[in-house]
Amino acid sequence: MGLEEYKGVYVFAQQVDNQISGISFELLGKARELAGDLKETVTAVLLGHNVKDLADQLAEYGADKVIVVDDPELEVYRTEPYAHALASVINHYKPEIMLVGATAIGRDLGPTVSARVATGLTADCTKLDIGDFPLNPIPGKEAEQKHNQLLMTRPAFGGNTIATIACPDNRPQMATVRPGVMQKIEPIKGAKAVVEEFHPGFTPNNRYVTIKEVVKAVSNIADIMDAKILVSGGRGVGSPENFKLLEDLAEVLGGQVSCSRAVVDAGWKPKDLQVGQTGKTVRPQVYFAIGISGAIQHVAGMEESDLIIAINRDEDAPIFDVADYGIVGDLNKIVPQLTEKLKAAKAAK
Amino acid sequence: MKVIVCVKQVPDTKGGVKFNPDGTLDRAAMLAIMNPDDKAGLEAALRLKDQYGAEVTVLTMGLPKAADVLREALAMGADKGILVTDRVLGGADTWATSTTIAGAIRNLEYDLIITGRQAIDGDTAQVGPQIAEHLGIPVISYAQDIQIEGDKVIVQRQYDDRYHVLEAQMPCLITALSELNDPRYMTPGGIFDACAAEITTWGRADLKDVEDCNLGLAGSPTKIAKASDKVRKGAGEKVVPESPEDAVSYIVGKLTEKHII
Repeated sequence: MGLEEYKGVYVFAQQVDNQISGISFELLGKARELAGDLKETVTAVLLGHNVKDLADQLAEYGADKVIVVDDPELEVYRTEPYAHALASVINHYKPEIMLVGATAIGRDLGPTVSARVATGLTADCTKLDIGDFPLNPIPGKEAEQKHNQLLMTRPAFGGNTIATIACPDNRPQMATVRPGVMQKIEPIKGAKAVVEEFHPGFTPNNRYVTIKEVVKAVSNIADIMDAKILVSGGRGVGSPENFKLLEDLAEVLGGQVSCSRAVVDAGWKPKDLQVGQTGKTVRPQVYFAIGISGAIQHVAGMEESDLIIAINRDEDAPIFDVADYGIVGDLNKIVPQLTEKLKAAKAAK
Repeated sequence: MKVIVCVKQVPDTKGGVKFNPDGTLDRAAMLAIMNPDDKAGLEAALRLKDQYGAEVTVLTMGLPKAADVLREALAMGADKGILVTDRVLGGADTWATSTTIAGAIRNLEYDLIITGRQAIDGDTAQVGPQIAEHLGIPVISYAQDIQIEGDKVIVQRQYDDRYHVLEAQMPCLITALSELNDPRYMTPGGIFDACAAEITTWGRADLKDVEDCNLGLAGSPTKIAKASDKVRKGAGEKVVPESPEDAVSYIVGKLTEKHII
């Protein structure tokens, strides 16, 4: 079958506990741009059980059409029924582009599905564009240059290099996209999408695993990816108790506390507060890096912040290479005084 | 019980990243190490050896020098090392890599395949699940705990805000997180034996049920359009205040200037 039969920009609309994940809206925002360039439409693929009601939200964030696969097998994420559902949708509807969030779910679902439908998959993309491949025509072979290709840009080598990748000869062009990078659109209240139910049929086999238990982390903390101000601490904070200093500062600023991997590894803070390559990508208005040395893996998750303020005792700490304002000093003295001063300023207003 | 561990030799990007004077990455100056997630997977397999007498085979695909990571694995306690190397396999993306490794594994008996979640050079996390897909076996990614019960494996599968306890029928593929364990060190006796140990080397002809069109650079659906070393945002101001009070005034000044407060 010809590649030209594949049409439209599709988004895997991830939901957990029947709540659409933020990444799904981010992907829809990007999909709208790509579909605009290609003059095609945006379709969200919603998999789950009793999830049909969620279709309106996807419409408000930019989906023209929502394909719903609703089945009890899809109630809680498992690789096999989800891969079967998404691969069946791809084989039936033939999308030109299929975007999946680079989440703990998407980074399992994406590779399984791409191998099943025999196409390429580019992981953890931070930029997506429509363009030519090769980027520049090869002299004498101008006719071989392909247009309207999905150009997928991603970091590699722990964020030290960036590569732009195309998938010129297979369809769909698949990418997983890092959460927190693409912008969602302002929701269009009352927008409606064409909703279509699809039933691929599920026959459990050796690849269906059994969920014996779901253990949720006890945390009612808001997502650090949504915070306008983050007060982030590293190993230099010294102890879990000492994070109180950062929490006080975050409170007076109306922000939230986040942390580096070292802090999670030490068991001081839960994983969902971790910023960096193996944690979350954040881009707040202000990022305080306190007692964080600034390993490349950490920087990869926060360097897009509007303003970075670093406090560290070690004046050679690599965090100072990316900070807008770096303060060499003792966080134990500076942070409490900063909190007091901001409190006083607030009270005076 | 037979366990296959897939490992990759990678440049060490953790901490020891070296740059050339022009700011590009100096790959030659970086150490080649066993990928950390893979090493955790190997340790998990060695614990199954300690507990159940599992036979542990370590497999890698790469240049001939990748045999170094197999010797390291043998020195840690693995039983057998297999190197898949062939010029036609070079330049493979994750599809072609997983096709190759699956083709090699089809020659072997196994109850469990363990890979690392992701390698620190590519960071894709794709090859493990794709090997499972090619072999038609269940995959459990992001494992933070592995237990065996009869012919089943019980795994804690990590997600952002929770974990699932999953039970899968073996044979099964698991991708390991570094958090899974602290890998053991090589033993002096192990190192001695590993130097003398024979590494099995396989080439294209040894891959089972694999078509040429799915191998190497030519068989890779994804193509690199452009690659460049990342240009980082330059450093801003750095101050060394005389006192905490000066530091606080400086920060408050900047926050005011930027209309944050």
